[in-house]
Order: sequence, then C-alpha cells, then structure tokens
Amino acid sequence: MAVTARKGSQFRAAVLFLIPASIGFVVFFAWPAVRGLFLSFTDYNLLRPPVFVGFENYIKIWSDPVFWNSLRVTLEYVVINVGVQTAAALVLAVLMQRFTRTMVVRGVIMLPYLIANVIVALVWYWLADYNLGIINAALDFFGIHKIGFFGNQNIAMVTIAMVNVWRHLGYTSLLLFAGLQAIPRDVYEAAEVDGAGEWRVFRSVTLPLLRPVLAFVLVVTVVGSFQVFDTIAVTTKGGPVDATRAINYYIYQRAFERLDFGYASALAVILMIILAGVALLQNKLLRANESDLER
Amino acid sequence: MKKNRVAIALIAAVPLLLAGCAATAPAASTSTATTLSYGLWDANQAPAYTQCAADFHKANPKITVKVEQLGWDDYWSKITTGFVSGSNYDVFTSHLSQFPQFMLNKQILPLDSYIKADGVDLKAYQPGLAELWKGSDGKQYGLPKDFDTIALFYNKQLTDAAGLSADQLANLKWNPDNGGTYEAAIAHLTVDKNGHRGDEAGFDKNNVATYGIWMENSGGGDGQTQWSFLAATTGWKSTNGVWGNKYNYNDPKFQKTIDWWQSLVGKGYMPSFEAQTGIGWSDQLAAGKVAIASNGSWMTGAVFGAKSATFTPALAPTPTGPNGKRASMFNGLADNIWAGTKHPAEAWKWVKYLGSLACQSVVAKAGVVFPAIPAATDAAVASFKAKGIDVSPFTIQVKDKTTFLYPITDHRSDVNALITPAMEAVMSGKAKASSLSAVNTQINALFK
Repeated sequence: MAVTARKGSQFRAAVLFLIPASIGFVVFFAWPAVRGLFLSFTDYNLLRPPVFVGFENYIKIWSDPVFWNSLRVTLEYVVINVGVQTAAALVLAVLMQRFTRTMVVRGVIMLPYLIANVIVALVWYWLADYNLGIINAALDFFGIHKIGFFGNQNIAMVTIAMVNVWRHLGYTSLLLFAGLQAIPRDVYEAAEVDGAGEWRVFRSVTLPLLRPVLAFVLVVTVVGSFQVFDTIAVTTKGGPVDATRAINYYIYQRAFERLDFGYASALAVILMIILAGVALLQNKLLRANESDLER
Repeated sequence: MKKNRVAIALIAAVPLLLAGCAATAPAASTSTATTLSYGLWDANQAPAYTQCAADFHKANPKITVKVEQLGWDDYWSKITTGFVSGSNYDVFTSHLSQFPQFMLNKQILPLDSYIKADGVDLKAYQPGLAELWKGSDGKQYGLPKDFDTIALFYNKQLTDAAGLSADQLANLKWNPDNGGTYEAAIAHLTVDKNGHRGDEAGFDKNNVATYGIWMENSGGGDGQTQWSFLAATTGWKSTNGVWGNKYNYNDPKFQKTIDWWQSLVGKGYMPSFEAQTGIGWSDQLAAGKVAIASNGSWMTGAVFGAKSATFTPALAPTPTGPNGKRASMFNGLADNIWAGTKHPAEAWKWVKYLGSLACQSVVAKAGVVFPAIPAATDAAVASFKAKGIDVSPFTIQVKDKTTFLYPITDHRSDVNALITPAMEAVMSGKAKASSLSAVNTQINALFK
C-alpha cells in the first residue's frame, strides 16, 4: 500500500515537473511543426490568408537550383565543421584526461562558447577583413598573399565553418572529456600493465569505450550544423554569389525577405525530414544506445 | 538557428484572425483623448520627431503621439508581424523597398480623400517626391518627408597629395568607353605599396595600398550608391516606368556601364569583390584605404563624424556622363498609416503635420536629412553649413533636375533575390555583364 502511494505521488511530482517543458515543447515545437506542415501546402505571404496549392511548392523546390545549391553548401559546411571540430575536440579531451587536472585549462577551453554567436562572427569578420584585418596584415607582413576569407567564393564557407569550430570546440571537448571520465581507471591500468603505448591505448581502449558519447556528440553537432544561420546572417548574407546560402538562411530569406511563407515552410519540412533521417542513420550506425563497457 | 525557431514560432502564432485586423475601424470621435503610436528606424532622427510630436500635442491637446525607434531589421519585423497580429504602429516611417507589398496587400490606407478634404498641396514638395508614394492603383499613400541623393565622399588629404583640386573633382566627366576624367582621377588617386600612382609606370596593381574608388558590393538590382548614377547618364532606365512590369538589365547601355565599372578591378583602381567584402566603405575611407567612395546623403553625418588627423572628409557631385549631365537616384521617405488603426482621422492629422513645413523645419534644424519641402531643404543645408559641411554636391542634383526615381515595381524582393547573386558573379569576375540578360528574362517572367 505504502509503496503504491509513494509511486502515485512520484507520478504526480513527475507530471508537475514535466508540465513547463511540455508547454514549451507544444507551443514552440509541436504546434509550429504541424502548422508549418500545413503551410507548406499553401501559397501564403503572411498578409493574406493562405491558399491551398497542394504539392506545388514541393514541385517548384525540386527544380529550384538555389535549393540544390543550398543543400550542397550546407553539406560542405557540415563536413568541415563537424569533421574538424570532432577531431580537434577529441584531441583536446584526451589531453585534458591524460595530462592535466587543472580547472583553469578546462575553463579557458570553454571560454569561446560563452560568447554570443553573433559577436563571435562579427569579431572574426573584422579580424579577417581584407584591408583592415589583423590576420591579413600578418599574412602581408610575412609576404604571403592576402586572402578574402569571407569574400572569396571558394573560401567563404570554409571560413564560416572554422569560425564556428573555434566557438564550439571547447564545449564539444568538454562533452567528450566527461565521457572519458566515465571510463574506469582500471582499464587504463590494465593496458599499461600489458605495455600498451599512448597511441595504442587511445585506439584500443579510449575510442571504443567513448563510442556512445561520441555518437551523441556527433548526432547533436551534425543536426546543429545543418541549421547554421547566425554566422551567415551577420557576415556574408549568403554571398558571394550563392557560396554561403545555406538551407536555413535560404528558408529565412524566402520567408522574411520575400514573404513567401508557403515555399519557406516546404523547405523547412524538407530540412526536417533530412535531419530526422540523418539522426536515425547515425544512431543505427554508431549504436549510440549500447556501450562496450557492459559486455 | 534561433531565428529559424522564431520563424516557425511566428508561423504558428499567426492565427486565422486576419479578418479581425483587416476590418477598418470606424472613425473615432475627436472629442476623446487618443494616443497614437509612431515608428521610425533612424536613431539620429528620433530627437527631431520627438520634438514634432510634442509640438503636435501642444496644438492638438487631445492627441498624444508616442514615438518609438527600432533598428532597421527589428523595425521591419515588428511592422510585418504587426500587420498580422493586429498591434502595429498607427503611423510609421515607410521605405520604397517595402511600400509596394504593403500597398498591394492593402495594409496601409490611401490618403486621397483626406488630402482632398484638407486641401493639401502635393506640389509643395520637391518635384517628383510625391509621385514615389503613389500606388499602382493611382492612389496617394504618403506625404513626402525627406529625400536623399548620391555624391562622392572623398578624403581631401589624399586628393591634395595627388594634386587634384576640389574644382577638378567637382567637374569630372565619365563615359563607359574609357571612363573619361573620372577614371583618370581614380587612377591617379590609386597608390601602390611602393608609392607609384595608378597612372604611372611601374604601378603594381597586385599590391595596392590606397584604392582610387571603393566598390561597396555589387549594388544588387538598383545600384543606388554604386552604379545607378553612371548608368542613368547613358540614357538607361531600370524599368519601363513607375510601377512598371519590365526590367532592362538586358540593355547593352547598362551592361556596358557594369563592364566598365568591373574593369576598374582588373586595373587595380578598385578593390576586388573579394577584397571589399568585410568592413564597410566609410571605415575604409576614414582609414585611408580608399580615396573616393560614392554614397548617399544619409551617410553625411557618419562620414564627417569620423574626421581625424589623417582623414579630412569632403564631398563632390557625381560626374557628368555621355548625355552631358549628372544623375542621381532620388529616394525619399514618407509616413504610412496602418490600415488597421483604430484612429484613422487622428493618424491623418499627425501625418499631415509630419508633412508640414512646421515639422520639417524642426527636422531641418537637426541637420541629419534633407526635408521634402524646399524651404525646409534650404534650412537643412544651412544647418549642415553651420557644422562646416557643404552639402551642395547632393542638392545640385535637385537644383539641376538631374534626379531619377528609385525603381518601384511589384515583386521587388524577388527581383533582388534573382539579380543580386548574378551581379555578384559579374563583380567577382566570374561572368560578363552580358550574362545578366538571362536573369532579366527570369525577372520579367515574374510579371506574367
């Protein structure tokens, strides 16, 4: 009797705690998603009632070169951003785990993440300016030709990806570091007894045991990277030409600059489907919900 | 990412209550106290309009005007969403880039009946400005409040060092074949790292220390501050008239102008598209990285405020072109009344006051923009003069009647979305200006 009563009160408490988050989820995510799905089948400019047009938006998107280009440049961004960020974060995390215990280092690594995205973007925009930026002044000093980091079509997306690597690196490495902390010490001691070197330990012990955390980090960073927006909005605004017109920025332009909310909603639905697919695939491939520790 | 969530939230928040805000409220009686909200985006002008609101309240004690200023981006987001949510400014400062879609979607009130009833004279404004605010339905939606034109901002220290007098700079001639004395001056003002000028032997175009002129991106579909003042002197018109349905980016006169402009990059006189992306032109001018930059009168305060030991700002009118005349785009602002306002009669009273000599004289005194009524324009010129700025290079275009209007058509934002990347490709040297003909066909298809 007592046990069920406690369970009942626990249930009530749980519901109580879940309400605020659920309200947020329904109001800001679930309902907008449903509404967005509906609007994607309409012609809607915000100022007049939506008109149902069936699959017309989707058909137009299929033959919209700017959409396909936006997918391509977004993918380019994701590969560079996630690739560099994960590799560098892993190195940093292992260094923190194996060689240092100081909180100062952990704090410093985290710092860039504490600065707002827009500010980070603007600061780098100035630092990397062709004529007045300190980076190009340094390149010039060493006799290297100046680089239009944000103005060169081939480099702009790489620059934006690297700016965001700089900002997110600390956060990602701390996530991985937390994962490393969860690996029992005795595994490392055993490896040491077996005479394994640092590299061998990393390959055969750290990496396999870190897999669930790594998988989680990858899913989160890939999904996050697909939605790159603010860095582009305050620097290149999609240019030069279409070099940085990532899918999220294109959605924004279609909706808020061209007041084409129906088309933008259809683009958003497509992005959602892609992201859901990517997340599902990653979970499957990386077996994120199992750990080698338990076997 | 955050913005996208906001976008989705907005889509969700837009209830099917459109009927509610579209209904025109009955004219409120003037016997009760009314508060009107008024919006503008320019912080520099807020004090003047707050003063106008206070003066207006004194004359109309029953009407209080609450002035709100928001930055450009937030301002338009608030207005666009305000139309839908039913909580917009009663009266707001409008821009020609937004006006067509507001008008076509019936979100703003036509003023004709008020203008007629109160006998407001549209000829009281600088010629042409009232025409900008006439809708495609032939109705008048705004009273002109101010205008802007284009001139050349330059660093007098650099032109002095190059031996170019203010008089020479004020009388430059341009043509799309060899650029005329305009290009010659730009070449002479360009200096490479070794101190060789652009028109001297040994000039190293790959290592330029100071450019002759700044690019300031491709100019998109209107080239207001970049190339419109040149293209117009060749006889080119961007569209087939106000509220036109045909764009002319396929015109050889236009394409030749753009090809000439782009050729300055290859010659080393103007930064490449790659090199100009980043910190804005006014900072580059103040930092001595460039000698001349063409831009609009609204930038006067910012540029002259940056005066320093190495930067002496000055102004010259735009060059004369093949037709023997100068040219400048003529753009102006006006106030629109939101169609959903509960107090249309009071809103009109305020709009009329904003368009009156009384308010425009207050604005003139602030010396920030040029008011639309000629007497107030003169007062503003005097205010600038008192600050030591000779703005006649801007007003000469009005005096000589060499202005042309900002292109107003439907689908303006779609046109920009199509032409801008294409123009960027041209200015990056990836395509010739003739490639714009194909884009022009796409653009004109929007009107079918």
